[in-house]
Amino acid sequence: MTRPQHDPAAGRWRPPPLIPSPWWRWALYLGALFYLVLAFSTVDVDLQRVIRGMERVQILFAGFLQPDFVSRWSFIVEGILESLTMTVVATVLGIMLSIPFAFGAARNIAPLPVYLFCRSFIAVSRSFQEIVIAIFFVVMVGFGPLAGVLTLAFATIGFLGKLLAEDIEDIDARPLEAIRATGAGWSKQMGFGVVPQIMPRFIGLSVYRLDINFRESSVIGIVGAGGIGGALNTSISRYEYSTTAAIILVIVALVFMTEYASGIIRKRVQ
Amino acid sequence: MPVSERDGVPIWRKRTPRQALVTWLAWIAGLVILLICFRFISGQTLWFFVVDAPQQAADLVDRMFPPRWAYANQLWSALWDTINIATLGTLMALIISVPVAFLAARNTTPHPTVRAAALFVIVFSRSVNSLIWALLLVSIIGPGVLAGILAIGLRSIGFCSKLLFEAIEETDPRPLEALNATGASGAQVTSYGIVPQVMPAFAGISVYRWDINIRESTVVGLVGAGGIGLQLDASINSLAWNQVSVIFALIVVLVIGSEWVSAKIREAIR
Repeated sequence: MTRPQHDPAAGRWRPPPLIPSPWWRWALYLGALFYLVLAFSTVDVDLQRVIRGMERVQILFAGFLQPDFVSRWSFIVEGILESLTMTVVATVLGIMLSIPFAFGAARNIAPLPVYLFCRSFIAVSRSFQEIVIAIFFVVMVGFGPLAGVLTLAFATIGFLGKLLAEDIEDIDARPLEAIRATGAGWSKQMGFGVVPQIMPRFIGLSVYRLDINFRESSVIGIVGAGGIGGALNTSISRYEYSTTAAIILVIVALVFMTEYASGIIRKRVQ
Repeated sequence: MPVSERDGVPIWRKRTPRQALVTWLAWIAGLVILLICFRFISGQTLWFFVVDAPQQAADLVDRMFPPRWAYANQLWSALWDTINIATLGTLMALIISVPVAFLAARNTTPHPTVRAAALFVIVFSRSVNSLIWALLLVSIIGPGVLAGILAIGLRSIGFCSKLLFEAIEETDPRPLEALNATGASGAQVTSYGIVPQVMPAFAGISVYRWDINIRESTVVGLVGAGGIGLQLDASINSLAWNQVSVIFALIVVLVIGSEWVSAKIREAIR
């Protein structure tokens, strides 16, 4: 900064602006304003419908104050059990499948063709939301939790594969070189040179993904891929808001618990 | 260091016998849980439909190609809606998350009870997936872009506030103390002491969340909340898979584009 921050002739001191160049600053402000006007003008709102909806907001709030766990209890339990089991199986499957992809997508240890293949697979897996992938697997293997397991495992590959590959690319190359110098084969180089360096992050990411998978398992049921989402969808479309509230509260409690547990585990390994 | 002896020669071991036993038991327990979970899922699956999954997949891919590119001309307004849902939803979340974050941060909260309430809002908003918010809002205020904006916004409040309040808690207390010593009021300390310190984090968080929201806004339409997801739903329901592939191509372009934009902006901020 060569410009004087404080010019006594100009009067009061002002904090320096976030964007130093005035030209850019005003262009950005005007552009943002223009976009907002344009965007709001294309959002068509059916005011009558919204006003009628306010009544339902009240019913929903009443539902949250008095959630109905009882009348659909068996569906809630079944859905939650399905979500939990899907989460466990899909996370384990996804982790196992993501390891080869992670090694393949790390430029410092994989040859170029393998690297390109693994990177593009990961890119595809990451581009699509879980629910879109779920539609596919439902078409392939039919309704039910198996489609959900495959969906979550597929999404896990993209997530873990990318983050783990980046971690492998960031490792300290010297231990690896030292092990190579002893004449160790490829598997020993990986096992003793790479794995110990990425292990803490690997455990942390896996636990984090377990957490994400549980959250996602509560929605993919909307398209028929098993889990609590199906029951939730039904309760909303039947306007049974007190049951809806009960299900959402159960999800929130479970997410909170898994998040808390995964936070503790991640803190311990790092 | 655990050492075992064989023929009088000490051999290095990684774990003591006790540790080794515990590790083995933990692995076995994990495996048992996994098998129980898998049995549950297997029981809920009609394996009859799974057998021909490869055929179904091949059939699906076959029907997706060649994509009906002419259909893209009907998608531009849906694409515009999708971008608006993400942007306006992010904007709404940011406006609400600033006060929530200040109430939730340990060093700026007026009272521990207020902090607990703010943390509850954050946990609640984060635990409920945007698709669940969308389902609820569509049934309350009717289908359309507005429901999508609100769903994305409600989901993002927790995310943005969480990252923002962590940034506020990490601010350097010394400038604040210096400001206090000059006799500055609470509002002045906040605007001249805290705001400049968290501004870069705030800008980063908003761009990061916008990027995530672009992905999420492509699917809220599946439950009726506007955007390109509506067309996706319509195409899937009419089994027009060659239109689905066009939509997928557009989604991938949109996602990669938004990722590029957000990476560029975050680079510029740093």
